[in-house]
Amino acid sequence: MDFNQPTEDNLFDRARIIGKPHARIDGILKVTGRAPYAYERHDVVANQKVGYPLCATIANGRVTHMDASAARGAPGVVSVVTTLEIEPLGRAKSNDARLFGGDVIEHYHQAIAVVVADTLEQARSATALIKVSYEEAPGVFDLEAAWERLQGTGEPLADVGDVDAAFAAAPVTVDEIYRTASQSHAMMEPHASIVDWSDGQQMTVWTSNQMIAWTHKALATTFNIEPDTIRLESPYVGGGFGGKLWLRADAVLAALGSRACGHPVKLALPRPMVFNNTTHRSGTIQRLRIAANAQGKITAFDHSAVSHTLPGGSGENPVNQTRTFYAAESRRVSHQAIDMNLPESADMRAPGEASGLAALEIAMDEMAEKLGMDPVEFRILNDTQVDPEDASKPFSERHFVECLRQGADAFGWEARNRTPGAMREGQWLIGHGMAGAYRGALTLNSGARVRLQGGRLIVETDMTDIGTGSYTIIAQTAAETMGLELADVEVRLGNSDYPVSSGSGGQFGAASATAGVYAACLALQALIAKRLNLDTPRFENRRVVADATDLALADILDGEELVAEDTMHFGDFQDSMQMGTFAAHFVEVAVHAHTGETRVRRMLAACDAGRILNPITARSQVLGGMTMGVGAALMEGLTADLERGFFVNHDLASYEVAVHADIPQQEIIFLDTADAASTPLKAKGVGELGICGVPAAVANAIYNATGVRLREYPMTLDRMIDQLPEVS
Amino acid sequence: MRAFSYERVSDPAQAAARAAEVPGAKFIAGGTNLLDLMKHEIEIPQHLIDVTGTGLNDITPTSGGGLRVGAMVRNSGLAADPRIRRDYGVLSRALVSGASGQLRNKATTGGNLLQRTRCPYFYDTAMPCNKRAPGAGCAALGDGATSRQLGIIGTSDRCIATHPSDMAVALRVLDADIETVMPSGKTRRLTLDEFYRLPGDTPEVENALEPGEMITAVVLPAPVEGRHAYYKVRDRASYAFALVSVALIKTPDGSGRVALGGVAPKPWRREEADAALPKGATALMERLLNGARPTQENAFKLTLAERTLAALLAQE
Repeated sequence: MDFNQPTEDNLFDRARIIGKPHARIDGILKVTGRAPYAYERHDVVANQKVGYPLCATIANGRVTHMDASAARGAPGVVSVVTTLEIEPLGRAKSNDARLFGGDVIEHYHQAIAVVVADTLEQARSATALIKVSYEEAPGVFDLEAAWERLQGTGEPLADVGDVDAAFAAAPVTVDEIYRTASQSHAMMEPHASIVDWSDGQQMTVWTSNQMIAWTHKALATTFNIEPDTIRLESPYVGGGFGGKLWLRADAVLAALGSRACGHPVKLALPRPMVFNNTTHRSGTIQRLRIAANAQGKITAFDHSAVSHTLPGGSGENPVNQTRTFYAAESRRVSHQAIDMNLPESADMRAPGEASGLAALEIAMDEMAEKLGMDPVEFRILNDTQVDPEDASKPFSERHFVECLRQGADAFGWEARNRTPGAMREGQWLIGHGMAGAYRGALTLNSGARVRLQGGRLIVETDMTDIGTGSYTIIAQTAAETMGLELADVEVRLGNSDYPVSSGSGGQFGAASATAGVYAACLALQALIAKRLNLDTPRFENRRVVADATDLALADILDGEELVAEDTMHFGDFQDSMQMGTFAAHFVEVAVHAHTGETRVRRMLAACDAGRILNPITARSQVLGGMTMGVGAALMEGLTADLERGFFVNHDLASYEVAVHADIPQQEIIFLDTADAASTPLKAKGVGELGICGVPAAVANAIYNATGVRLREYPMTLDRMIDQLPEVS
Repeated sequence: MRAFSYERVSDPAQAAARAAEVPGAKFIAGGTNLLDLMKHEIEIPQHLIDVTGTGLNDITPTSGGGLRVGAMVRNSGLAADPRIRRDYGVLSRALVSGASGQLRNKATTGGNLLQRTRCPYFYDTAMPCNKRAPGAGCAALGDGATSRQLGIIGTSDRCIATHPSDMAVALRVLDADIETVMPSGKTRRLTLDEFYRLPGDTPEVENALEPGEMITAVVLPAPVEGRHAYYKVRDRASYAFALVSVALIKTPDGSGRVALGGVAPKPWRREEADAALPKGATALMERLLNGARPTQENAFKLTLAERTLAALLAQE
């Protein structure tokens, strides 16, 4: 089915099930421990062995020698595969560093061996017996030094109007440098796979992955085998945040181990490897200049940035939202992804925007202050309904101003103290801050198959549920479209035997995958209509109805199964407009006047993300994003050893993410909007919008509380303690 | 983790004797730190002696008006004991600020004292560490190293790790003693200050215990009247090690005692600094942190310690 023009009024505008707060249908399985996550799929294949990885302990160079004889002779060990024994594996487009094979080390904790044994304990202790010699090469690890060297160079991604003239003429400007930290996805479930490649022919992979089709293809490229010899299942994913978009070492090592020992092999990455072996979000250094006239109209943006990447990667580009978020006649943005020898940087929740808005929305706060304007009013004044770089390109839907107004009202923004440092409760300084949020609303082609069996409908798509609620919103979509109830629908996800979907990433999953399921349901309706020889039947109350016909769906098939499949193809017309999601975040913090500890006290987000398919699961997505935003603001940061070239805080004790005690009252408002240009359901994503802008809102609240303007994340107390009020 | 043998013992003296007798033996109680260290092969015991059945589970009054806390008393139980909460508030508060509820349910009084540093370079066995492998060097003192969490005083050119315990900081300010039993069956008693060793040239030696010697109890002297406070400063609100922690007992006459956590290889207290408490936080810290050798990344701990104490003093 093609989606070639904005959708008209349709059944979703009169929805029974879509848009209603249904608890997730897989919830019971999860809270009772019965949802089969990758590492626990003991039932799918017999005689599973356990693999354990060995990782390089240099950042750059070569492995010159490996002696695995002691490991091979250790108790319980069935196979050892070292990287020197096999040719370099193929490198899928999504992998910057090779996942295994050959002697070249491209980053710390690159995998160099896998040991397979009867038990985890045997495999782990045998791995420690492998002796490795390296030839170490110097590496480049210091982003700060790269920034010093490269600042002001680099091709602009956009250069519109006359930026220099605008700054020369502007009565009010901001020109500051902001720094965001490298971050780890730090998902609860580490990368894990069970792989059966015992015969070296047919490969079955039970894994934890966001993108079945991408990873299926990456496996074929990596092992140089035919795609149709590979089967992949990933029905449940214990968190991904972009860290599981790609094929990673868990599946590769398990496959190599399985081929070597002739048994299925399960392997989970040990927690320290999640930080240095897999991908992370690169830190950024950003210079932001904003120019405005005396009335507060922004006349120019100039945003330049660097991030790090392994050769071939794209780093963390934090400047793109600056091209579309606010009006201004002139703008210049540039980003340089610097080749460095740190572990592989790649996408993490709201790649680009999360880091870019962390800087831009502080700069906007600084600008509002210089102008003597309320930060909310300043943003309203600079709203745009068209692409600021191309006025012929409207936003399909944009209700940012309503987000700002409704959010401010609900939060009590007007009542706040406006003088930094002037509100105190005991030893705590209280502050309020806000920030805008923008994240693109991408859609990707998405397919599904539906099977009508009696009155039951089974949906099959390779879409994944990474904790987001895909199972539930897909069931809602199918039930709504077919005139069924939620309980009539069974959803099967995350399997390479199913039609290719959008997968989960870039907050495109919910909108795209439900559109694909809708397309498949319409195909099924057409089959039914043809079978019953009806023109335009209606599907309601579990029945198919047309003129003189009124049949229960359960009765039309005589026990056979009716199967339909289709893919929603999103047309080029979407390119003629800007499509995005918007939010306004409001935060109250308390900063200890003596110690500088910052504790968030309450948060509120007002979101414009098109039709909300399920307010419960959507709310959970935004809550999670806000929580991750608090982490980014206050504590999350991978610290590189600049001599040795690795992230030192590679466990969950030293890489701190927000805990329950850090997250107080969170309130979320969804605007009642619908975007007809996005999908037939008029839905857009929301999972990444929730993190966007949150760090800046926290930073702005810290400023309001203390009068200390911080421009480097995470905003730990050591960055401000010397600027806090005198004590004693 | 390497394979190891395991036994349970029921008597402390027997435990100590076995530990001296069996090569590569270590005691295990709650195991909340040791098992992690074994998985990383930072600790490689060949034999574990489970001492949880040694009967050291009680908190009993001493003839001196204090309390004897058995080495197997769990951190949760110790923190919740009504006598501890009433008379040794600083200890109860320090305990509940440490780790998580689950860990405190497992961790024991003796084990808490013996936990190892959380220096990230100590935990990465690919990194040189004088504490883990004497003579290997110290990655934390490297040119590009990160040292924000590490020590500022009492450290050496060989090691700048801190001791992570909150409980021990409170015990230090309470002038608690430690009772042990030797492999010979003889017992001895040490002050907490004597118990912990500074790294010097031998950072692998962290305490005064001799081979096989086992902690049997912590002895709290008679209660010190006054205000008991423990302020633990960290980046997140819970479940994190201290950047700086301050244990304070302030007596009604204005004198008192202060010990610090998160700054040194042992709970950090100087009795001569306590004398300056009536003059305020700045005067006290000048003496308590005199001779500090922070790194560029952790020099903030000097300011933070002073301001944290000032916060406590201002809370009266």
